[in-house]
Amino acid sequence: MQFMACSLETTEVIDFRLNGQDVCVTPQTGERLSRSLRECLNSKDVKVGCDAGDCGACTILLDGSPVCSCLMPTQQAQNHHIETLSGLLNNDPTTQRLAETFQEEGAAQCGICTPGMIVSAVALLRQQPSPDHHQIENALAGVLCRCTGYQKIIKAVRKASQEPAYAENPPSTDIGQSIQRLDGRAKVSGTETYGADIAETDFLSLMVIRSPYARANFVLGDMDEFLRRHDGIEAIITAADIPGENRFGVIPDYIDQPVFAELETRFRGEAIAAIVGQTQTIESLDPNQFPVTWQPTCDIQSVDGAMENDAPLVHQDRPGNQMCQGIVQRGNLDQAFTDADIVVEGQFETSFVEHAYIEPEAGAARMREDRLEIFSGTQAPMMNLESLALILGMRRDKLRIVPSAVGGGFGSKLDLSVQPYLALAALKTGKPVRLTYSRSESMQSTTKRHPARIKMKIGATVNGKISGLTYSGIFNTGAYASWGPTVVNRVPVHASGPYFVNDYQAKTQAVHTHCPPAGAFRGFGVPQSAIAQESLFETLALNLKIDPLEFRIGNALRNGQSTVCGQVFEQGVGIGDCLRALRPAWKETKFNVARFNEISINEKLAQRRGAGVAGGWYGCGNTSLPNPSTIKAGIKSDGEIVLHQGAVDIGQGSNTVITQIFATALGVSIDHISLMGADTDVTPDAGKTSASRQTFVSGNAAKLCGESLRAQILRHCNLSADSMIKPLSVGSLIIHDQSNEYVMDLRRMPTDNEGYVLVAEESYDPPTTQLDKDGQGLPYAQYGFAAQMCEIEVDIALGTVRILKFTAAHDVGKAINPMLVEGQIEGGIAQGIGMALMEEYVPGRTENLHDYLVPTIGDVPPIQSIIIEDTDNCGPFGAKGLGEHALIPTAPAILNAIRDACGARITRIPATPDRILEAIHAQSNGSIC
Amino acid sequence: MGYFTPESLEDALALVAEGDAKIICGGTDFFPSLKQGQTPERIIDVSRIRELRDVRESRHGWRIGAGVKWATLSYRPLPRYFDCLKQASLTIGAVQIQNAATIGGNICNASPAADGVPPLLALDARIEVRSLDQTRMIPIGEFISGVRQTQIRPGELMTGILVPKMSEISGSSFVKLGSRKYLVISIAMVAAIIRSIKDKIVEARVAVGACSETAIRLRQLESDLCGIDLAELHHFSVDDKHMRPLQPIDDIRGSAKYRIEAAKEMARRAILRAVHGV
Repeated sequence: MQFMACSLETTEVIDFRLNGQDVCVTPQTGERLSRSLRECLNSKDVKVGCDAGDCGACTILLDGSPVCSCLMPTQQAQNHHIETLSGLLNNDPTTQRLAETFQEEGAAQCGICTPGMIVSAVALLRQQPSPDHHQIENALAGVLCRCTGYQKIIKAVRKASQEPAYAENPPSTDIGQSIQRLDGRAKVSGTETYGADIAETDFLSLMVIRSPYARANFVLGDMDEFLRRHDGIEAIITAADIPGENRFGVIPDYIDQPVFAELETRFRGEAIAAIVGQTQTIESLDPNQFPVTWQPTCDIQSVDGAMENDAPLVHQDRPGNQMCQGIVQRGNLDQAFTDADIVVEGQFETSFVEHAYIEPEAGAARMREDRLEIFSGTQAPMMNLESLALILGMRRDKLRIVPSAVGGGFGSKLDLSVQPYLALAALKTGKPVRLTYSRSESMQSTTKRHPARIKMKIGATVNGKISGLTYSGIFNTGAYASWGPTVVNRVPVHASGPYFVNDYQAKTQAVHTHCPPAGAFRGFGVPQSAIAQESLFETLALNLKIDPLEFRIGNALRNGQSTVCGQVFEQGVGIGDCLRALRPAWKETKFNVARFNEISINEKLAQRRGAGVAGGWYGCGNTSLPNPSTIKAGIKSDGEIVLHQGAVDIGQGSNTVITQIFATALGVSIDHISLMGADTDVTPDAGKTSASRQTFVSGNAAKLCGESLRAQILRHCNLSADSMIKPLSVGSLIIHDQSNEYVMDLRRMPTDNEGYVLVAEESYDPPTTQLDKDGQGLPYAQYGFAAQMCEIEVDIALGTVRILKFTAAHDVGKAINPMLVEGQIEGGIAQGIGMALMEEYVPGRTENLHDYLVPTIGDVPPIQSIIIEDTDNCGPFGAKGLGEHALIPTAPAILNAIRDACGARITRIPATPDRILEAIHAQSNGSIC
Repeated sequence: MGYFTPESLEDALALVAEGDAKIICGGTDFFPSLKQGQTPERIIDVSRIRELRDVRESRHGWRIGAGVKWATLSYRPLPRYFDCLKQASLTIGAVQIQNAATIGGNICNASPAADGVPPLLALDARIEVRSLDQTRMIPIGEFISGVRQTQIRPGELMTGILVPKMSEISGSSFVKLGSRKYLVISIAMVAAIIRSIKDKIVEARVAVGACSETAIRLRQLESDLCGIDLAELHHFSVDDKHMRPLQPIDDIRGSAKYRIEAAKEMARRAILRAVHGV
């Protein structure tokens, strides 16, 4: 029997069976089973996402029934049988089969929801061995997934319920093959190590004290008295304890966010202090007891408020609360609008959107002699390191960042969150420390998508050609800069959409408020802009009586045409192909919709169906800034090929894609390659995982690295370029071309200090140029393109929307791994659905996952992906980036479909049922044209 | 101080009588509202008490123990008038929640958006509340007295729900409105029970939730429905005057104006669904 005492205050010893073994624990009053399982019984396969039963990640089986272990008092386990993924996997064939099918179908991306999903599926398949779609949906509905869009999960469960077919191995593991995720095994077995899974139970814990007010002055009270009153506290950390500079940020001129506020807080949830202590002390500490006196002051929550003449300044050095502005302009707008036969205008408004990854920020830190090691989920290890060096006043070589697995990022985990608190606590105490944000702490304090207010005007000629487009966007950037400057620069480059617009002006500004910092979120402002542009394109098409899809095809940017920045691509502009690929589905959907509505109207039913389409584009990589990635690989004397892969895999699949590219370039199967990293001590800088750049930029570096290693090998044996390389058993490679064969004995070759006999390190930086004062130049080396359409059903009496189907055509240049490409498309669409219909973050009001809604398994329809491969000269094997593209056309396609169904024009998202019903009434009252 | 797990009702009542304590059963409302560092000092877990988990039929009606889980209720064979409650049970959270959450917890938590309450209002349910020295039976409409407020007094424990029997010719339904398909707090919900004789409605009960501080019955609508021929029901107009008892608020889930309008349409649908099925 396993006995673990993990608390001092005990009421009762609780005995139960855990995965077939008798265990007992002594829980504290009010202890959750999830805590007992993770902390006392080392069942770290039980993931905690919300502590409120909203996400289902912690699902376990209680005597065979799925329940959330975060909602179950440990005492209720007494004499019952608890099963978790790791236990089920040991001896349950259904679970083993599910783990296989999840891998085969790509059903785990970041993997944080996977234990909850598989455990729920086990309960279903035990009860119903051949479930239908509806039964699968019902059974998995309690588990949220933010990455996959659920479709591959449903497929994996259905597949597990069928007889396993004889699986043929793919002919190769080269690029173009849908090989399984290389890091997937750990995700489907619950052994993956996320931020909260790193620390040992004896690490000290941290609590961050945060402002309950959007804006307040504060005075810290008597810390000594507080320490006297609380046993088990090791240290209190405030701004005074910061050895370096009390500020961080991501854009060099805008490093403006304090680790701890000093005197004044600027948003609800801003940190002012941290308490380090024994875990049990910290867990039972009421933050309200912390000695601080608050004086709330007048705060600004909207851009209107921020731009009033007498508005208080969020930052004294930013007059008018203006952070920065952006512009792109070309052509002659006056002439274009004069030439236009029709000009339409609109104003659109979007909300704060929360990333809502299922893994809240978490990590651990420790001193290793005079070096500080920080383990946590991140999208940007090297940027973390640079920021921490500034905060800690330490040399960079004294710091090591080891990214854990990331349970979803979507942009927010580019910024620092737990890292500075962990670092300061480890430095101050000299002891290992850990910190896991609560869900509300995560939602309050980390970045959001910028709310945008967009005014747009577009002209067109009677034959359907765009003639003039102006755009003005005000972005609520919150209290601190974060990636606001990036949004402001990127949006004007993209606001035309993927269309030929000769006469153009787009202006953006970012305005400070006392809201959480708005930063990077899949698309950097482009999804907001696409809503305005694609909605007005719809108005133009309808007014000109041109089919909306054909209208877009007629204006689609072509090879040889200038973008709004004056950039001309002679190849790789795939938007026309994407749009044309939708024609068959569009025609069929329009027909079905018309037939459905005829019957519905005749029978006086409330359901109306509609079809909507939208296009999108996205420049891969940084906007006009250097953006290099470096990849290193070496061959050891025993023949092991090691790939130092520093491009953080946050679920999108860079571990797999970069390896496929490298292996293809080297000319070996991926089975012979070991992955190392990411880790700032052992992997060179592959840049940040953002801006859809890893496949493109790090992929290019991996390709160069593979080619370089291959060239070294071929030089060594003097064989021709088309030779085959094959690792032999141990310590040798066999290389042969059509006539010769060479065995390379690696054991006889000299090794370097890392044990490599051959090593290659290559970098790639996309060719871009600075933009001039009119935003003209070469902002990106490549764009990816997308066109999506959907069929939806509106209940015109209630204003609710049901999405029936999405068809998504994406130009990815070359699909390195088609299964992962589909995963990005499906996941992006799910987030787009959320943004369009339900997601609105309101500080102080929606700081949990039951008031802040993201799509469940029942809200995402079947998605048909059409992969277009218009190869790009700059991409590795022609590949383009994909991550952000998948989200951009989704929301406008839905809004256009709502309009098609019932005439309602939605100009403010999310399009909640009340807003849709109001728009339906406005339309039928004729107050909107 | 401590976490108590009484196995009998008597022990539970004795513990409750000893003073301030948090009662917990399914835990699905307790844990989400738990604030860091503010765990109650005394917690009485009533989940081990067998008689709270019973669903029993007697001469007077049906008694549902306060600790009956929604999942249990959803598959337990019950007369047709319970359909509204069964349909509601399947919309509460998702399976994980239905496997843990109890009907008594839903009532005692007294959220205006509690999905179990409109069906119980329509069923004319009475709440059984016990202390060491007395048992009180309180109509559910009175028991829930405000937002997160009940008539429960110190020393009392809610132990069950009594539902009077109805004639078997009743139809019963539940309609819920939310911004997503699963795991959603209702914007509004309606439960309806219709009883008819010879194709004429003789009794109608319609209750609306999330549109006032507490869920309420629409008495005017109920009386206007009486005498309507079932074949003519789809011509019956649920109108604004029927919604007068509702006093909804604007919140993140929907505006007050929208709630009234939605409730009107949902009441119409719930009535039709009760009579004609889905």
